[in-house]
Amino acid sequence: MSCDEQTEILLHAYVDGELDVARSLEMERHLSKCERCAADLASHRALRSALADGSLYFEAPPHLEKRMRAELRKAAGVPKAVPLPGWRGLAAAASLAAMAVLAWALVATSRAPSREALLDQEIVAAHVRSLMADHLTDVPSSDQHTVKPWFNGKVDFSPEVRDLSADGYPLVGGRLDYIDGRGAAALVYERRKHAINVFVWPEDDSGAGQGEAVVRGYNVIRWRRPGTSYAAVSDLNMAELRELVRDLQR
Amino acid sequence: MSATQREPKRSLSPSDHERFERTLLPHLRAAYNLARWLTRTPEDAEDVVQEAYLRALRFFGGFRGGDGKAWLLTIVRHTCYTSRRRGRVTEATVGLDEAMEDVEDDALGPEELLLQRASGAAVAAALQELPVEFREALVLRELEGLSYKEMAEVSQLPIGTVMSRLARGRKRLRRLLQEHARGGPA
Repeated sequence: MSCDEQTEILLHAYVDGELDVARSLEMERHLSKCERCAADLASHRALRSALADGSLYFEAPPHLEKRMRAELRKAAGVPKAVPLPGWRGLAAAASLAAMAVLAWALVATSRAPSREALLDQEIVAAHVRSLMADHLTDVPSSDQHTVKPWFNGKVDFSPEVRDLSADGYPLVGGRLDYIDGRGAAALVYERRKHAINVFVWPEDDSGAGQGEAVVRGYNVIRWRRPGTSYAAVSDLNMAELRELVRDLQR
Repeated sequence: MSATQREPKRSLSPSDHERFERTLLPHLRAAYNLARWLTRTPEDAEDVVQEAYLRALRFFGGFRGGDGKAWLLTIVRHTCYTSRRRGRVTEATVGLDEAMEDVEDDALGPEELLLQRASGAAVAAALQELPVEFREALVLRELEGLSYKEMAEVSQLPIGTVMSRLARGRKRLRRLLQEHARGGPA
């Protein structure tokens, strides 16, 4: 690969997690040899994390949703105005969602799904639970040196904890959770207000392999290292979730 | 886009209306953010969002499922550019000619530090200053997290053009941030 305009564009696609595995590897080989592209890569990542600053997002004014519902009903000639779901409504919706996950898990069980599918459901259920109960973190901290020692004595292994703020995925904290029948460390990252749970647990012999899945609209990526299983889950799009996983594997 | 050119369908059944709200209202946040980045004022953005939702309602029959975000943003974008009130969209200083020359970026040194120090306000100002095509691409990718495929759908462009706009948009944004850091255009 030479550094022509095409390479430059492919470098963007690489940063955006849009290259297939073969081309990613090719790009990584090129990056290890080409200083200029490596410097560009660092700039792209810095720009991307500058853009991930939440202050760039224009939040819709609170009255807009109510106004839209009313306008839409008027336009559609639907007479009955349904009250806006307040926090209570949201909580009810969240528990409905959780029940749906559970119901789906039960249905899926009766069809004897693969171990991977069961694990993915469990991972998504844990993710949903962490958001519902307003219990995303036990140790809220962006400092990896605070989060890592916190797990001492709480799980029987020492998870690797890294802050990825520079890559646009700030660490927000850690939590204890339960995955695959045992205690797991949950590391929580954030991307534009999307919460990402990264579960880490020691692998057993029957461990599920690597893979990606979409469960009830949540994206799940599982991977392994010798002795350890990992899973990342979020409502964040798959491309960016892959990028996080790539950063974690670095 | 074809959906907005077709003859409006008659009103939806109550259950379809409920499905419409369930599918598309969760993307109100994204709709407003895109509209706000493409138009001049908060009021314009609200008007565009409202018009876009009403269009979406009329053409919901043509919605082929999925999470609806890209479909809605396609309509929001289209509404921004075709809205009856003129001068609503912030200036598009780049023509459709994709061949317009780009500045040489040899002057762009390693500027990670600069970018890391750039405040949110500085980045926002630079993004606002970009020609609307590049701003649109960056907002869809960096703020809305759309994939290239979804971006191509929303912007009605081939993926290759999406990729080159993103690359050039990022390059220009970096240059603007450098200029701002030096205290004004070089």
